Amino acid sequence: MTASSAPSTAPGFFDRLRAFYLRSDAAKGYVLLSPVMITMVILLAAPLILLVVYSFWTQVGLQVDTTFTTDRYNDVLGKQSYHDIFWRTIGTSSLVTLVTVGLAYPMAYYVAFGVKKYKFVWLILLTIPFWTSYLLRAFAWKVILGFNGVINSGLMTLGVIQEPLEFLLYNQTAVVITLAHAYAAFAILPIYVSLEKIDRTLLEAAADLGDGAWARFWRVTFPLSLPGVIGASLLIFVPTTGDYVTPQLVGGPTGQMIAYSIQVLFLKVGDWPLGAALALSSMAAVGILVMLFVTAMQLAVRQIR
Amino acid sequence: MADNIIRIENVTKQFAGGVKAVDSANFNIERGEFFSLLGPSGCGKTTLLRMIAGFEFPTDGEIYIDGQASALIPSYKRPTNMVFQSYAIFPHLNVFDNIAYGLRKDRLSRRELKRRVDEALAMIHLEGFGARRGDQLSGGQRQRVALARALIKRPKVLLLDEPLGALDKKLREEMQIELRELQKNVGITFVFVTHDQEEALSMSDRIAVMGKGVVLQIAPPKELYEAPNSVEVATFIGNINLIDATVRSVAGNEVTLDGPGFGQFRAPAIDGLKTGQKLTAAIRPEKLSLTASRPGANYVEGTIKASAYLGDRSHHHVHVKGRPTPVAVAAQNMDRSMTIGIDPSKPVYVTWDPRSLILLKS
Amino acid sequence: MTKPTRAAKRMGDPGGFLAIFALAYLLFLYVPVLFLPVFSFNDSIFVTFPLKGFTTKWYEQAFADQDMLRALTASLQVGAIASVTATILGLLGAKAVTRYRMPGQNVVTGLIMMPLFIPEIMLGIALLILVNTLFIPLGLFTITIGHIMLCTPFAMAVLTSRLDGFDKSLEEASMDLGESPWMTFWRVTFPLVAPGIISSMLLSFIVSFDEFLLSFFLQGQQPTLPVYIWSQLRFPNKLPGVLALGAVILIVSCILVVIAEWVRQIGTDERKVGVA
Ligand SMILES: Nc1ncnc2c1ncn2[C@@H]1O[C@H](COP(=O)(O)OP(=O)(O)O)[C@@H](O)[C@H]1O
Ligand SMILES: [Mg+2]
Repeated sequence: MTASSAPSTAPGFFDRLRAFYLRSDAAKGYVLLSPVMITMVILLAAPLILLVVYSFWTQVGLQVDTTFTTDRYNDVLGKQSYHDIFWRTIGTSSLVTLVTVGLAYPMAYYVAFGVKKYKFVWLILLTIPFWTSYLLRAFAWKVILGFNGVINSGLMTLGVIQEPLEFLLYNQTAVVITLAHAYAAFAILPIYVSLEKIDRTLLEAAADLGDGAWARFWRVTFPLSLPGVIGASLLIFVPTTGDYVTPQLVGGPTGQMIAYSIQVLFLKVGDWPLGAALALSSMAAVGILVMLFVTAMQLAVRQIR
Repeated sequence: MADNIIRIENVTKQFAGGVKAVDSANFNIERGEFFSLLGPSGCGKTTLLRMIAGFEFPTDGEIYIDGQASALIPSYKRPTNMVFQSYAIFPHLNVFDNIAYGLRKDRLSRRELKRRVDEALAMIHLEGFGARRGDQLSGGQRQRVALARALIKRPKVLLLDEPLGALDKKLREEMQIELRELQKNVGITFVFVTHDQEEALSMSDRIAVMGKGVVLQIAPPKELYEAPNSVEVATFIGNINLIDATVRSVAGNEVTLDGPGFGQFRAPAIDGLKTGQKLTAAIRPEKLSLTASRPGANYVEGTIKASAYLGDRSHHHVHVKGRPTPVAVAAQNMDRSMTIGIDPSKPVYVTWDPRSLILLKS
Repeated sequence: MTKPTRAAKRMGDPGGFLAIFALAYLLFLYVPVLFLPVFSFNDSIFVTFPLKGFTTKWYEQAFADQDMLRALTASLQVGAIASVTATILGLLGAKAVTRYRMPGQNVVTGLIMMPLFIPEIMLGIALLILVNTLFIPLGLFTITIGHIMLCTPFAMAVLTSRLDGFDKSLEEASMDLGESPWMTFWRVTFPLVAPGIISSMLLSFIVSFDEFLLSFFLQGQQPTLPVYIWSQLRFPNKLPGVLALGAVILIVSCILVVIAEWVRQIGTDERKVGVA
């Protein structure tokens, strides 16, 4: 007992502070929240701000000229090879998103509606790949798709082919397959959650009103699961646009993506301002595309009656 | 001078969202009484209780607990204990450890601790349940454990937030009697929150009726029912017929009024009435009676619109010319006749004793 | 909660066709990864069919490699520090957001969860710039702070859902019975969130242990295990060793994930008691 037992005629500063703390949710909350908040401000917000600042500077030899300039963005926009690799990245990521969500939807539907017992086991089985080493999974595909890899040598041993198939590795297809495999869990879980939340009596109501199984799916289930589909698409599309490992391992010259150019600027060329401008403008473009996509999806859903 | 264990002075609580959950509450709770906070859901009862417990702090005003201002005292240093609406039985502890939870600081010997807990278990009729886990108890049993866990601390005030709300009707009625008995035996002040008026009326020494954050009236149950101080209280507790009336004349302790459908009628006077003043006259349905023949005075004529037979009594809605709403009459079914004894096609007469009328200023 | 009727449960049942698809999907998820352990026992430097014969020499070779062992130690250290730190930060943060209403709370949670939604390459270059600006030498320390930033949203998510799952009035009941916030934490909150804490530490550890790109950007002299593996991929004769190492890592992470998910479920039924 400290301040509270003192005869309180005129409350002192500390009494008032204490009373404020006791009655203020915000104060108590922020005391608890501050360690993680400060950590994330230092390790995330500050670096991202610095990145933006850097993109307005100029690399001169080993020094950085800190005069404000938008030249780096002009450099990025003016260079055709960046445009090419950016659009290839968008193409690859879109394809990956389409494939992954398309495969994951029936899977998630099965677990939500088809599995009666051991749902938990199914969910664990589907999340394990999410947590296991991404690098090693990408590496496994390199081993599988390689010129002397599992598929080619397997097919040759079986006598199906005489020569190794060259189209398997070091191209965009290999990148799409590998990423679709790597990001499977990102797609299944959000879709599963949105399907699981659907009130089953809604489907009964639709059946009662004369809808068959397909009509029920298109008019009730699918629209209600759409937040999950959109969430899954974003969780795949955005991170894959910045993927570095997979194109490096299985992409070859035609499968390269924008992260490679950024890495080269940062770790090989050493032009950080240009690298920052490239990274930020790519991310901004991705952001705009994402917003267009979400708006389009929402408009499309309104068409369903 | 009454011995007040809790004094609530001008207490206002405004939540961050702007909701004024409690608005300038001002009242006292006497030591040893069974005090109820009654009001519809959302009127601020829980908020008021939580401010006494120290989980919320008033935006304005002060709460004194046993003479001590409480603004700087956190919940764990207050001489109050609470029975939560959800009971909040610790799921990771068994019944014994739940009840003994608050005794850690007393550093009792193991034997003394066991004696105290066994005593508490006996008080709530759960002898031998000490090893049960929280999830193996029924709703009624959990409610008892929550009660024992709070009472074992021997608080100066026990706060109960709708403790019977989750129980079924029969169990609830048993617990009402038991709680009241228990309170008399332990002699601890109970502050009991409920939205159930019958519960409040049957258990309490005094009741505070709340509406939209404001304390409307504080009185013993009978006074609250027979002498409500406002239209809100009168309509919240029980059923009542309201008559928008105008004062015609005041003579000593009797007043003559004029109301639509009722014409001129008499009522006991209250202070400060003036001729021409508008107010509300009110009368409870059970204080009205029906006859087929025209009485001498204090009656209105009407026709029966609807009747409901409820076993011990019947409710009738009587349409009275000039009055927009029907008059509700509750009649005791004092004989075994199979008809209501009144022909709905013929006029009936509603009569009353003028002393049963209540005048409410708005 | 109302239980759906049996008829309602049957609604939307996809039938047998989807079951076959689901099994095929599981094969697609697991078979590619299974080639790592399979070929790690193959007595050949080439990863090709037909299998040559059984050997454990690649394991012996991998675990005799001093550089590999140093990288493993580094990864274990970084993972331990990052997972414990992220879990402590996440626990405090989760308690704040689940127990108090604060202005600006959504902005802060948005910031904490952001690493999950932006490409890692951005995080890597941004942290590289920060570290450079503050003249912090690259090394295990810089990798560790990067991993803390990356693991915190996972910890926060696991612990927020755990804390959300039990009734706030349990903590109030404890304080009401005379325990200070500190003792309340140890006597009520901690036992009830303990499974979440274990789960959060395991999952954060796995995230950190598997993390490549951030470590790649923030590395100094001593690589972590994924960075070391990356550097070995260039040498064909190191491939079988990497397969062996990869097989071990995959199996250990699988076990850790199963434990983490299983622990996370513990007590989810009984802790509802406080709410009911
Ligand atoms: N923590 C809170 N933040 C904001 N508003 C609240 C909070 N708690 C209660 N309220 C509001 O205060 C009013 C009174 O609530 P409460 O005291 O729980 O009523 P009662 O117990 O009588 O049902 C309600 O309108 C409720 O929505
Ligand atoms: Mg309430």
